[in-house]
Amino acid sequence: MTPRQAGEPGLTTVPADGPAPMTVPADGPAPTTTPENGATSMSTSRLGGSGLRLAYDRRVVAEDLTVAVPDRSFTVIIGPNACGKSTLLRALSRLLKPAAGAVLLDGADIHRLSARAVARTLGLLPQSPIAPDGIGVAELVARGRYPHQGLLRQWSPDDERIVAESMAATGVDDLGDRLVDELSGGQRQRVWLAMALAQQTPLLLLDEPTTYLDIAHQIEVLDLCARLHEEQGRTLVAVLHDLNHAARYATHLIAMRGGRVVAAGEPRRIVTAELVEEVFGLPCRVIDDPETGTPLVVPAARARAGTVAR
Amino acid sequence: MPRLGSCQVPTAFRTTLEFTLSVIESPPYETPARSTAPPRHRRTALRASGLLVAALTLLTVAVLSMAVGAKPIPPSEVWHALTDRDAAEYAVVRELRLPRTLLGLLAGAALGVAGAAMQALTRNPLADPGLLGINAGAAAAIATATALFGLGGGTGQVWFALLGAAVVTVGVYAVGGGRAATPARLALAGAALNAALYSYVSAVMLLDAAGLERLRFWTVGSLASADTGTVLRVLPFIAVGLLVALVAARPLNALALGDDAAQALGARPAVARAGVIIAITLLCGAATAACGPIVFVGLLVPHLVRVLTGPDLRWLLPYCALLAPVLLLGSDVLGRVLGRPGELQVGLVTAVVGGPLFLALVLRTRTTRS
Amino acid sequence: MIVIRTPGRLSVRLHPRVLAVGTVCLVLTLGVGVLAVGHGEYPMSPADVLRTLTGGGSAAEEFIVTQLRLPRLVTGLAVGTALGLAGAVFQALVRNPLGSPDVLGFTQGAATGALVVVAVGGSSAALAGSAALGGVVTGLLIYLVAWRRGVHGYRLVLVGIGMSAILTGVNGYLMTRVPLMSASRAMLWLTGSLDGRGWSDVVPLLAALAVLVPALLACGPALRMTELGDDAASGLGVSVHRMRMLLLAGAVLLVALAAAAAGPVPFVALTAPHLARRLTRAPGVTLLPAAVIGALITVVADQVALRALPGQLPVGVVTGVIGGGYLVWLLATERRAGRL
Repeated sequence: MTPRQAGEPGLTTVPADGPAPMTVPADGPAPTTTPENGATSMSTSRLGGSGLRLAYDRRVVAEDLTVAVPDRSFTVIIGPNACGKSTLLRALSRLLKPAAGAVLLDGADIHRLSARAVARTLGLLPQSPIAPDGIGVAELVARGRYPHQGLLRQWSPDDERIVAESMAATGVDDLGDRLVDELSGGQRQRVWLAMALAQQTPLLLLDEPTTYLDIAHQIEVLDLCARLHEEQGRTLVAVLHDLNHAARYATHLIAMRGGRVVAAGEPRRIVTAELVEEVFGLPCRVIDDPETGTPLVVPAARARAGTVAR
Repeated sequence: MPRLGSCQVPTAFRTTLEFTLSVIESPPYETPARSTAPPRHRRTALRASGLLVAALTLLTVAVLSMAVGAKPIPPSEVWHALTDRDAAEYAVVRELRLPRTLLGLLAGAALGVAGAAMQALTRNPLADPGLLGINAGAAAAIATATALFGLGGGTGQVWFALLGAAVVTVGVYAVGGGRAATPARLALAGAALNAALYSYVSAVMLLDAAGLERLRFWTVGSLASADTGTVLRVLPFIAVGLLVALVAARPLNALALGDDAAQALGARPAVARAGVIIAITLLCGAATAACGPIVFVGLLVPHLVRVLTGPDLRWLLPYCALLAPVLLLGSDVLGRVLGRPGELQVGLVTAVVGGPLFLALVLRTRTTRS
Repeated sequence: MIVIRTPGRLSVRLHPRVLAVGTVCLVLTLGVGVLAVGHGEYPMSPADVLRTLTGGGSAAEEFIVTQLRLPRLVTGLAVGTALGLAGAVFQALVRNPLGSPDVLGFTQGAATGALVVVAVGGSSAALAGSAALGGVVTGLLIYLVAWRRGVHGYRLVLVGIGMSAILTGVNGYLMTRVPLMSASRAMLWLTGSLDGRGWSDVVPLLAALAVLVPALLACGPALRMTELGDDAASGLGVSVHRMRMLLLAGAVLLVALAAAAAGPVPFVALTAPHLARRLTRAPGVTLLPAAVIGALITVVADQVALRALPGQLPVGVVTGVIGGGYLVWLLATERRAGRL
């Protein structure tokens, strides 16, 4: 699979003057958001948190944080380094227990649910997972079935089918016997995505899935995510570094700075020069992406800084 | 999991340790911020006078080391006892305590400087001659020599210790990952070698009861057996080792920035590295041959000293050479006081004192990472 | 890979190579065992041994086999199994090929326990008990010190190394506090020996194995998930910290009881899991093969010590020397492969 092909569906199905290519499907209504305070309606959200206080030992990263992940959205969390975006993702995925407040999954405190029960609803692709030495692609993907298996139910026909489907969906079905060590960065990331898919969870959390990839592979992975979101109706939450990627692919954007949500909503509505300046401290212009019509952030040239930001 | 039981105890323990540590530790290899640093000439003056204070501290501890023992001598009498042949304590001080103190000075300086050089060489805050198995290498060589040739101390022991130390130094460095080694990886390689070598030493001792009798005292690490002969035998090795290390300080400073940067600055990484390895081998081998394997001195002193001097090895090494003996001799004196009527071996004291500090260091390093 | 499925929804996965290696090693172990029982001042052929074991021997043979030689063999088997299994668990837990009880300080803790008894004087039962206690207490201490929002592999390693250095100092000190005769006895114990073992020495370990082997094996799949990293394992529904605590407790218990039975036999826990992995070529942890290979190594090493070497050398000398050599080779190759 080449990056280009993966990108085609998103481009061709939407007319140039139409809505954003990846609007939330009709049966999952778009959340009502108010960019001013960042509050999001909780009505159609299976995953969210309120009043979160996130801290490592005594170092508080975020205080009184409230977020909601709209169902069937491709939610992207952005913000400058150390703004707490990865920490938020860790809290949402049950890796980090909030010091105050609660993360709710389907209305229940996620820390009161068993790890396995959560793993059947919510998948996670961490930032730097480790591939064991000498593991094959198919075998790694098969590990995604763990939450559905038992001591005496180690490999059901369902497992076999779902692993094959996940590998096909991510385009790694022809790599089955290869060793993960031998793959390129982009291939490897797709294998990890396949593993997360094999977990068959309606919600999937991705922590910086494009780090360490070159630009072509970044687009390849993001196109894949967008396709999974559209075709399989899964809710995706990703932390991304690149603001333009976020604006292009997200259906719901959460912008953070200093441990609080500055704005949340559809990228077209909230990505403005003022917001970028507020969140990243970067003077810029926001224009329409000539490919997709989504907001495109162009940093101000050095000499003209100050005049352009307006 | 039982939260209360398992988390409160270590928290209390850690808080104590961290307090101790917050006093002594600064992040290694970090250039001090320009704005807070005093002007250059004042800093130099400060450091030089600090060196003087360190020397005075060492002198005090050395006097204590001559004064404390089965037969206490008032510190004011020490000079008299040392110089006056007719003094009642002349024999005790001249024959026993003076060599012991001198050996403590030499071995302490050797271990401290070797530790600092090693931490710089491996860019690894956890490097220590004891933890990395170099002392154990010397121990294994000496055990072999004792069992095979019935070697009983003397110059031969030094040579064997040097051989063992050299083999293990090069081995750990090459095998443990060289420049790419992470602290955990290097420490683990060293610990594994330590385990292997000590199990070998045990096997040798098991076969040779006479060897066991001698080696079991030697393997703890002690200054008790020091005599003038021992001091004179290790003196040249340690002196050369210290000299090489001090000469290598400048290129090592450059190496701390990475090989490429060092080369760009005009240093020759391969030469500097070889020099430092030779220095470490001489220092560790000689110190271990004379007093047995002593852990943690080489680890802790550079960390303590770095707070005072910053990462510049040109200052760090001399400070270590003065302050490491303070720790070693201090521990020795402590062992003599605590172990009355006998004494505790200095190796035990440094292990018990240094161990918790090492653990604190480990826990500390890790929190800053996440 | 072979999958066996029942009409119900049960299914079991088997790797043929793992199965084959396990079976071959098991047969080898039993074969060496039979030879070992036949060896001695009253030599018996393998057929005689088997006949006696199944109840067909003379009273004298029966006594020699069940009371004199079998306990030694069973102790060796049990100790090897325990160490192999515990070693595999440790290596997986700290995610490092060098994570073994010898390196992490548990062995030194058991030694401290034993040396205290040697120093104050006590029966060999007290020595065994104290050694087990020393190992468990050290394990607990390491866990508590390394604990911070759960225990992570690298911190466990470094704390273990620190603890091991402290305890080595303490052990050395204790060795100097005892008379030479006791020091010899202590040294023999510290090296790991199967000499003169009776049934009473091995029963506690056997009981622990009966409980812990199935328990640890049941944790195998979850343990395999942690190879992907703590975060990924959590994402897959593994309670990483709880599992790590339980596995650590089980492995420490096995090591401590093995040390109580035979002294800290060195390097079996380090070598067995590696051999298992190399032979089975399975990625990741292979608990059962590691346990079988551990037993094989220990029994073979004991026979080598008894027959091939002069003097009354204990088994620990052989495993120590073999393990040490293997370790150096391992360090070199793993380093080259960048896996260390």
